[in-house]
Amino acid sequence: MFAERGQSIALGIGFPLILVVLWHVLVIATGTQLVPTPYQVWRMMVDFSVGGVYDDAFSGTILTHLLASIQRVYGGFFLALLLGVPLGLLIGRVRAIRQLLDPTLSLLRPVPVTAWLPLSMIFFGLGPRSAVFLVFLGAFYPILLNTTFGVRSVDARLFEAASMLGCDGSRMFRQVVLPASMPAIFNGIRLGNGFAWILIVVGEMTGVPTGLGSVIMDGRTLSRTDLVITGMAVIGISGFLCDRVIVAISNRVLRWSPQHHA
Amino acid sequence: MPEAGVEVGAGPGDLFLSISDVSKVFEAGADRIEALHHIDVGIAKGEFICLIGASGCGKSTLLRIIAGFETPTTGQVLVGGRPIQGPGSDRGMVFQDYALFPWLTARENIAFGPRQKGLAQDRIRAITGEYLDMIGLTRFADRFPYQLSGGMKQRVAIARVLANDAGILLMDEPFGALDALTREQLQAELLQIWARTHVTIIFVTHSVEEATLLGDRVVVMTAGPGRVEGDIPVPLARPRDVSAPDFNDVRRGLTRRLRR
Repeated sequence: MFAERGQSIALGIGFPLILVVLWHVLVIATGTQLVPTPYQVWRMMVDFSVGGVYDDAFSGTILTHLLASIQRVYGGFFLALLLGVPLGLLIGRVRAIRQLLDPTLSLLRPVPVTAWLPLSMIFFGLGPRSAVFLVFLGAFYPILLNTTFGVRSVDARLFEAASMLGCDGSRMFRQVVLPASMPAIFNGIRLGNGFAWILIVVGEMTGVPTGLGSVIMDGRTLSRTDLVITGMAVIGISGFLCDRVIVAISNRVLRWSPQHHA
Repeated sequence: MPEAGVEVGAGPGDLFLSISDVSKVFEAGADRIEALHHIDVGIAKGEFICLIGASGCGKSTLLRIIAGFETPTTGQVLVGGRPIQGPGSDRGMVFQDYALFPWLTARENIAFGPRQKGLAQDRIRAITGEYLDMIGLTRFADRFPYQLSGGMKQRVAIARVLANDAGILLMDEPFGALDALTREQLQAELLQIWARTHVTIIFVTHSVEEATLLGDRVVVMTAGPGRVEGDIPVPLARPRDVSAPDFNDVRRGLTRRLRR
């Protein structure tokens, strides 16, 4: 048991450590000026977090940018959740709504979210609202599709069992459809959360002054690759931590179904 | 003689559940499959009826029609003189694969029916406690279905329909997925529950021995299309002894009818 856990930790941490060492060796061996060493990125990260290294416009600004990004990520994400879950339930359960919406949604779905960037800038202007919209689009489809799938794949026997016990109509929806779809809904929520963090960089390319995406864009414009990588790392870590929170909630809600535990 | 003292062919006034002229045709494209061909069976209150037959004889379809999950192509099913209209809480189905709500604990599964009726919380708690006790699962009340064995799950499924006050238990090969020891145990428990609650039971099985052990009457069905081949009283006193010679005689008789 402990040995297994130890091995899991050693392998899980060991592999990225080897990658960092490889990164360092390759930068030194090739003598490139374009890519910083891990140590230079580390110094940038410290400066970005608490300042005291370069003392420039980016020093000690991590919280400002992180909070701005989190607001947009979760603004868009919760919009997607609020719209995607009820709509997915309806599409899965009500045939007329499925016939009404499914063809349109299927046509719009293959359009990459990034392709919406110009239009969203026309709709919402150059600012955070555009970012929220793009994040929303990215998180919406996985949540919607998984919810619909969850509703469609509820075991027909459970409906029979519920109806013979006197359950019908809206109670059937609340007491059978919703709980039975929960594993699929959480699957969608996890995927949606991932897409939301992916799209925040695209969303913050739209000319907003704060946010991790804008830090990466600034880093690129200023040829400060250490800043670019620092922004990437903060996004990666934040997305990962948020995913762990979702997994913890999901494991709690789905404690009746250990096969759905992550 | 059957202990319940039921006469075969009792007058319509004595019938609790009456299946009259029920046929079922499934149409899939150009194919027309007659699953049931003009079935007539009458069942008295408190009777234990076993439906037996080879696979494809329509016994499960008949049970699903009684449950209200399927509508018959011709004929009707009357309960207490009234034709059934879809599923209802007077008839409770016990499925072979349990069909428990996996997100509810054993206790909550049993409470599902009473909750639909909007009973008061303490009333629901009392009913649930009573049936948990009856099936001997009080200690496991707060487990989820995945934490229960097959036998325990089927006990919960039985308690779930009893707690809902179902007067008729429809059981579709309920013990078919269980190992032999658990099956014997559950057969004995079911007979005890039946004696205690006086419910009417329609029990689908493909085991001649199980039908002989449990039924007041055994309705033998044959396939292609599903028809009633015989409606045979089981003249054995309860408790029945599977190793007794007269038990064997009945069983042999039933097997012969099945092969016909």
